[in-house]
Parts: sequence; structure tokens; C-alpha cells
Amino acid sequence: MSRKLILLIGALFMAFPFWVMIATSLMSHKQIFQIPPAFYPHPLTWQNYLNVFQNVPMIRYGFNSFFVAALTTAGQLMFCAMAAYGFSRFQFPYKNQWFLVFLVTMMIPPQVNIVPLFFEMKTLHWVDSYAGLIVPGLFGAYGVFLLRQWFNGLPLELEEAARIDGCSHWQIFWHIAIPLARPALVALGIFAFIGSWNSFMWPLIITQSDTLRTFPVGIAALKSSYRDITDWGALMAASTVSIIPIVLLFLAGQKQFIQGILQGGVKE
Amino acid sequence: MKTIKWPLIFIGPCFLGLVIFTYIPVLMSFGLSFSYWNLLGAPKWVGLENYFSVLTDPLFWKTLQNTCIFAGASVTLQVIASLGVALLLSKVFRGVGIFRTLFFLPVITPMVSIALVWGWLYDPQYGGLNALLKVFGVSPIAWLYDPHWAMPAIILLRVWKEMGYTMIILLAGLQGIPEHLDESAALDGANSWQRFWWVTLPMLSPTLFFVITVSLMNALQAFDAVYLLTEGGPQHSTQVLVYWLFQNAFQFYKVGPASAIAYILFLLILSVTMIQWWFRKRWVLHES
Repeated sequence: MSRKLILLIGALFMAFPFWVMIATSLMSHKQIFQIPPAFYPHPLTWQNYLNVFQNVPMIRYGFNSFFVAALTTAGQLMFCAMAAYGFSRFQFPYKNQWFLVFLVTMMIPPQVNIVPLFFEMKTLHWVDSYAGLIVPGLFGAYGVFLLRQWFNGLPLELEEAARIDGCSHWQIFWHIAIPLARPALVALGIFAFIGSWNSFMWPLIITQSDTLRTFPVGIAALKSSYRDITDWGALMAASTVSIIPIVLLFLAGQKQFIQGILQGGVKE
Repeated sequence: MKTIKWPLIFIGPCFLGLVIFTYIPVLMSFGLSFSYWNLLGAPKWVGLENYFSVLTDPLFWKTLQNTCIFAGASVTLQVIASLGVALLLSKVFRGVGIFRTLFFLPVITPMVSIALVWGWLYDPQYGGLNALLKVFGVSPIAWLYDPHWAMPAIILLRVWKEMGYTMIILLAGLQGIPEHLDESAALDGANSWQRFWWVTLPMLSPTLFFVITVSLMNALQAFDAVYLLTEGGPQHSTQVLVYWLFQNAFQFYKVGPASAIAYILFLLILSVTMIQWWFRKRWVLHES
């Protein structure tokens, strides 16, 4: 009994901020700034959502977040899967050393290269562009590591049979290995999508115009646009809108996602 | 030549991307940390001057201290709380899935949105937290506006957000412990506390080592909540390394010192990880 009670208190602690966010987003301005604070909206109003969609290009932010996350995910899956397959299936000189060169990048905190990366973008004229938002995020050693493990675990017989039938390496990769790696690709894909959707520092640095902002950067700009009184109703509405798509995606792929975490983490 | 044709086709594109967007910037950053550069013309070599100016700045030591306190406290609380939750959720009962999902949910949500929600909860006048504490007779706290409370507030937010990640990995670790160990200890008359201390904890130590290492690495890189809620204040009480790096690079345009801070951060993370690796033998159970 006490176990359930502790869990219930913990669950309330976890749910409380979510509840306050949604409840505040549905409250009138008057109710938000009342003392003592209210914990449920009465009367219920959509005014905060209307305000935020009218005053800020929320739909544009949403599109940008989605577009950037989708392309980053697709690109990362492609590049990582290819490299992982290369490391898994081919022999070449100093293979293990090359793989180590890949892995070393996982140790480097991204903040170390953020300044020169910005100047690289400037040289390429990619500052304040989709290319600047997307391309640097396409290559990650983590994905190569995760997928290589998976490819190593696949039986070789199918591929050898295809080889005898005259299939090229590329055909084998595309028509045999990729379909078999689907669970790992789904896990990595959800990782990449959530990572991109939530990322803040790089989009903050690389975007300047409002039309290129993603949800996090747009919402942060909305917050800093308030001078004396912060419109918490509008901010909570914007936060709710930015959280819902990612929660739905997570709930849809929860199983693969958790398995992906555990494969990358616990098992060596 | 023939042997490297296919590896080159498969690995080459990803490698090229890493060269352009990781290796070159990392080396450039190293060079810039020894240079003076006003963003125009060529960078000028200044030797160790940037490191010297950073290390003699009193704000650096304050920032370093804050970063270590933030990472140490948030990871400690996060691991203890999530271990407790994982132990409670490791046995299957009706509704266990809902609890697991709820505890994990904050991990996948954007830090920016979550930080705003907590910023609202922490509002001294209208916020939900003070209202809740008032029920227990606690007088209002200024939270993010109070130099003593701003850091604990940022830490609490962090623990709430990241706890689920640690929990899910510890849960998997717990499920990997063979049940017969616990049962035979119970037969020998060990009470539940003894079984936790002498059986569960040692068996879980490799998993604990992993989550502590990864969580510390991530906590040392914290940025979003500080940028959004406190901007390092009040009175630099929440100033952390990555936020300071960001300010130097993109607000003060001091590229050299910013690069020096970046490498100091790198060194800090590397040494924290290595110290843990050395001390691992003292408490982590070896797999036989």
C-alpha cells in the first residue's frame, strides 16, 4: 500500500507542471493573475491560443520545426546506415582505427566547435537558412555506432545468397539489410527527430529572421518580447502547442524508442 | 584500390560530413583559443593570453563553481530519486505502464517549453509553487529572483526533466538481475534493506556507473533553462560555463576567450569522466 502511495505522490509531482501548463493556457487573463492562484480554468477560454496564433507566426514555427526535424532525421538515417553498413560488412586497412576516429566525436561536447561552425556557416552563406539549420546535424557517430551493432547481429546467409545471384553491394544494402534493420532505424529515427525538435542552442545562433525560427527559438523570442508583465497565458498556450506533436510521436513509437535507449546504453 | 572502393562509397559521405562539421571546427576552435580575432581580417596569435585572462577573471571561478554545484547536485538527486522510482516500478502491477510513461514523459519534451512552465510555477506572486507551499505553511520564496534560491530552482527543474532517462535505464538494469540471488538471500534471513544493500546495489553498480557518467557529461553542458529563465543571474548565482561561453562568443564577440572557455569545458568533462573511470574499480562490480 505504501508503495502505491509513494508512487502516486511522485506521479502527481511529475504531472503537476503539465497540468498547470494546460490549465493556465485555458484561463482568462484575469484568472491567471488572481490571488490566490487558480489551479483549474473557470471559465474555460481559448483566447490565449487565439492571441498566440494571431500575434506570432506559430504555424510557421511549427512548419520549420517539422521540416528541419524531418530532413535531419531522413539524412541522418541515410548517412549513418551507410557508414554503419560499411564498417560492418567490408574489410579495409586500419578499419578499427577508423571506427575509433568516428567514436571519438561522441566524446567532444558540441559547444567546443560551435563558434568555428558558425563562421564556417558564414563563409558558406548558410547563416539564417534552412541549410544552416539542417546540414550540420546530418552526421552523427552515435547513429553509426548503434546501427553497426545491429548490422553485426544480422545473419549473413541472405546477403551471401543475393551476392551469388549477382546483386551489387548497393542492392544488397538497400533491399536486404535496410529492411532487416527497420527496428533499429525506427529507434534512431525517433531519437533524431526528438533531438532536432527540442534543440535550442544551434537554431538560436544560426537563425536571425522570424520566418526561419523553430518552436523553441520562437517561443524564447516571445518570452523575451515581454517587458513589464509576462503574458503567461500566451506562453503556456505556445508551450502546449510545441509539446503535443512530440508527445504523440513518442507515444506512437514508445517501445522502439525505449529499446533504442537501452541498446545504446546498457548493453555493450 | 578495389578493396577500398565500396567502403569508401558507404563510409565516405558520413566521414566527409564529420570532417567538415566536427573535426575542422574542433581544430579551429583550438587554434582560436590561442588567438585574438575581432571577426575581421586574420586571427592574431597571442599564445596563452586568452586562457590567462579567463583563469584570472573572478567570474570564471564563480562560473566553474556554479557549474560543478549544478552538475553534482542535479545528478545526485536525479540518480537517488530515479533509483527509488525504478525500484518501485520494477515489479509488475496493474497500471505500471502508465506510471513509467508519466515519469519518462518530461525527457522527450523540449527544454525551452518546460523551462517556461517552471518559470511560471516559480513566479513569486502568481505562481503555483508558492501557492502549493502555502498549504504547508511555507512563506513565499522569490525563487528565480533570489540569489540563494535561483540555483536550487534550476536544479529542481533539471531533476524533474531528466529523471525519467535515468529511471528507464535503471529499470532495465534491475530486470537484468537474476531473481534467484534475491530469493536465496531472503532464505538466508536477510531483510529487505540488507538485500537491497548487499545484492541489488552491487548487481546494479555497472548500470549506475553508466547513468552517472552520462548524466554528469550532459549536466556540465546545461544551457537552455539558464538562458531562458535567469540569464546567469541574479548576481551570477546561476552563471554556468556554457552560458558564459555563449555570451562571450555571440554577445560580447570575444571569440578568443570563448574558445578558451570551450576547451576548458572540454577538459573539465574529460577529467570528470576519467576520474570516474579510475574510481570505478572501488565500487563497480566486475562482470565475470
